[in-house]
Amino acid sequence: MTDNVQLEVEHLTMRFGGLVAIDDLSFTARKGEITAIIGPNGAGKTTVFNCLTGFYVPTEGRLTLYANDGPRLLERSEGFRIPRNNGVARTFQNIRLFTGMTVLENLIVAQHNALMEASAFSLAGLFNLGRYAKAEKQALETAKFWLNKVGLYEQADWNAGNLPYGSQRRLEIARAMCVNPSLLCLDEPAAGLNPRESAELNVLLQSIRDDQGIGLLLIEHDMSVVMKISDHVIVLDYGKKIADGDPEAVKNDPAVIRAYLGEDDDDELPPEVAADLHLDPKAT
Amino acid sequence: MSSAFASSRTSGSEIVKELAFFAVIALLMSVMILGVETVDRPTGLELAVRWDLVLIAIGSTVIGRLALIVRREGISRLAQAILITLAAVCVFEMFVRFREMDDRWAPPVVLDMAFGSVSSMIVTLCFLAIVFAIAYFSMKEKSAAEVDESTKLSSKIQVAYRSNTKKIGLIGIIFFIIFPFLFGENRSAIDLATLVMIYIMLGWGLNIVVGLAGLLDLGYVAFYAVGAYSYALLSQNFDLSFWLCLPLAGIFAASFGIVLGFPVLRLRGDYLAIVTLGFGEIIRVVLINWYDLTGGPDGISSIERPSFFGLAEFSRRVPEGSIGFGDLMGIEYSSMHRLIFLYYLILALALVTNFVTMRLRKLPIGRAWEALREDEIACRSLGINPTNTKLSAFAIGAMFGGFAGAFFATRQGFISPESFTFLESAVILAIVVMGGMGSQIGVVLAAVVMIGFPEMFRELAEYRMLIFGAGMVAIMLWRPRGLLSFRDPTILLNMSKKEKVAGEAK
Repeated sequence: MTDNVQLEVEHLTMRFGGLVAIDDLSFTARKGEITAIIGPNGAGKTTVFNCLTGFYVPTEGRLTLYANDGPRLLERSEGFRIPRNNGVARTFQNIRLFTGMTVLENLIVAQHNALMEASAFSLAGLFNLGRYAKAEKQALETAKFWLNKVGLYEQADWNAGNLPYGSQRRLEIARAMCVNPSLLCLDEPAAGLNPRESAELNVLLQSIRDDQGIGLLLIEHDMSVVMKISDHVIVLDYGKKIADGDPEAVKNDPAVIRAYLGEDDDDELPPEVAADLHLDPKAT
Repeated sequence: MSSAFASSRTSGSEIVKELAFFAVIALLMSVMILGVETVDRPTGLELAVRWDLVLIAIGSTVIGRLALIVRREGISRLAQAILITLAAVCVFEMFVRFREMDDRWAPPVVLDMAFGSVSSMIVTLCFLAIVFAIAYFSMKEKSAAEVDESTKLSSKIQVAYRSNTKKIGLIGIIFFIIFPFLFGENRSAIDLATLVMIYIMLGWGLNIVVGLAGLLDLGYVAFYAVGAYSYALLSQNFDLSFWLCLPLAGIFAASFGIVLGFPVLRLRGDYLAIVTLGFGEIIRVVLINWYDLTGGPDGISSIERPSFFGLAEFSRRVPEGSIGFGDLMGIEYSSMHRLIFLYYLILALALVTNFVTMRLRKLPIGRAWEALREDEIACRSLGINPTNTKLSAFAIGAMFGGFAGAFFATRQGFISPESFTFLESAVILAIVVMGGMGSQIGVVLAAVVMIGFPEMFRELAEYRMLIFGAGMVAIMLWRPRGLLSFRDPTILLNMSKKEKVAGEAK
């Protein structure tokens, strides 16, 4: 099992001032599997993603990505280098497309680094010399492949901002895939989708896992997606891992049920909530 | 229209209130601009008060407003035409009196003209008749179909423009190339065209930074200054020729672009604008105070003029060891040769700027600039290095500013810090914004409007700035995103450009 590990997170802690967003979190994600991270709002799921993709530098802990050519430490890498050198691509909870550019341009921009190198940092590209023409053609083929895959070929020349919401979600996934990642991090890909669209999303994600052999890390609230497609589920609450295992086991874990549905007993309110209540005498 | 408004007619007191409101506004605006004037008298400077002008201004405003009310209420076309004619007479009267610069009371000029001589009476009546006819027929109520037709026409023009930008650009280039042949002997026309071309080039250069990369730069003139002083100093101290200094000026300006770029990498929007503004001022202040190097406020004079690619000189008295341009070409000497050569030089430089920009847009670096403008965080998640991307935009934009600066120095033969004030940056930025962010043809249009027109109407003296202000307000109202604010996709898959444009216009 250990030789199949793609991502190993050890003792990850992230503090913002006095607030502990992630507290000593350790988990592993295996190659070619879908690993879901779930938990109530504010549990620190997106913070984990931001640490993994270089938007935050973790306070403590080690993040190891096992690429084909050996392990790499993600927390040592500067933000934009993580997608470039280590092949970790991500999408965002609130979609971040280049709305003023066309769908196709969005996918071409995602292949920036390969193209930039082929254009000899624009010098050769200026006169369309050398490998650039070939590289651009290649980039266009990749873009076409993903357009077909997410069913947006017909809308390739639309402005990305004019697409319907569900298509924007799929385009963002396609854009992340154009980075040519080995690990794809999806932050709530099913948010705001209707049941039919969620079902289509399931098919797309499974095909990315099975056909491309890429590991997926998934933050999701929509249980119909999580339970159906994920191979491994990690549950966070208040920055701590409370459960870890296959979907069936996690679903029946009493700690998970407590985190989602709350306590029966009023005395066991979380300490900060209780403190708030005592500070405000009118509330009681 | 009349039927729609028939039920909601404004009452008499409301109309009076509305007219009074506009009268007060007209009073406030005209009392300072038209009502008070300083007059140079033998006894010294005196303040002359021109109540007649203020009265006429208020009168024309009230009458004009009344005409609009009549139109709105759908009362009578005849009445509105008469009112508009009256307002036009008032405006005419105001202009005539204004030019007289006389604070004595005089009878209305229109009466003078109407009852003066037969010929002036005919002219006056024709004028009135034309205004009346225009007012009467143009104010005709438009049916829904006609309104529809006119909006269709404007979208048709848009589609025609957007799907033919290449042709329009080509026509523009041909026009600018044959321009000296059309106005060959007209010194001021060539001078003006050269000036406009400098601003077109600066506009195109700044367009990379502001239009494509979305970094608001209020200190662009600093790079222009760096280019100009690089050439002037290199040529004076090291006796280097213009053709050698031109690339050097570009390189110096580009390195200053990077120097500016580094500290401002984290800033966006307003904060970036303030810092770049400060940078522009720093360069100017250094130029003023570093007396030993730059000559301070005295500037640098007798900067070497460019030769004909090092082959021939343009001056009448050719120095030893070189030949004159006229002799080289076998034509007679003319002082116009240098001006026309300078014009073609800046045209070539501007076209290079344009072609490089157009090509860069379609390269990964250009797409990354535009992506950075749209969303920096998404760019980082795709592995785009925001630092390098921003710096490259600053450097390339600055480089073209440096080229333009070197050209400016060699054309003027004299430079001083006065030419590189904040106002210049503002004008260049206004050209880019007014043209429509990122639009190359828009920059040309805006440069002609902003630089060409004020120069052409120099006789109007300070009032051209008034008209200029009114023009800017009009653009803000009707084309808030610039004259030509379209973005052309850099690559298309299914559709031709024409189809895409037509699809969007629907």
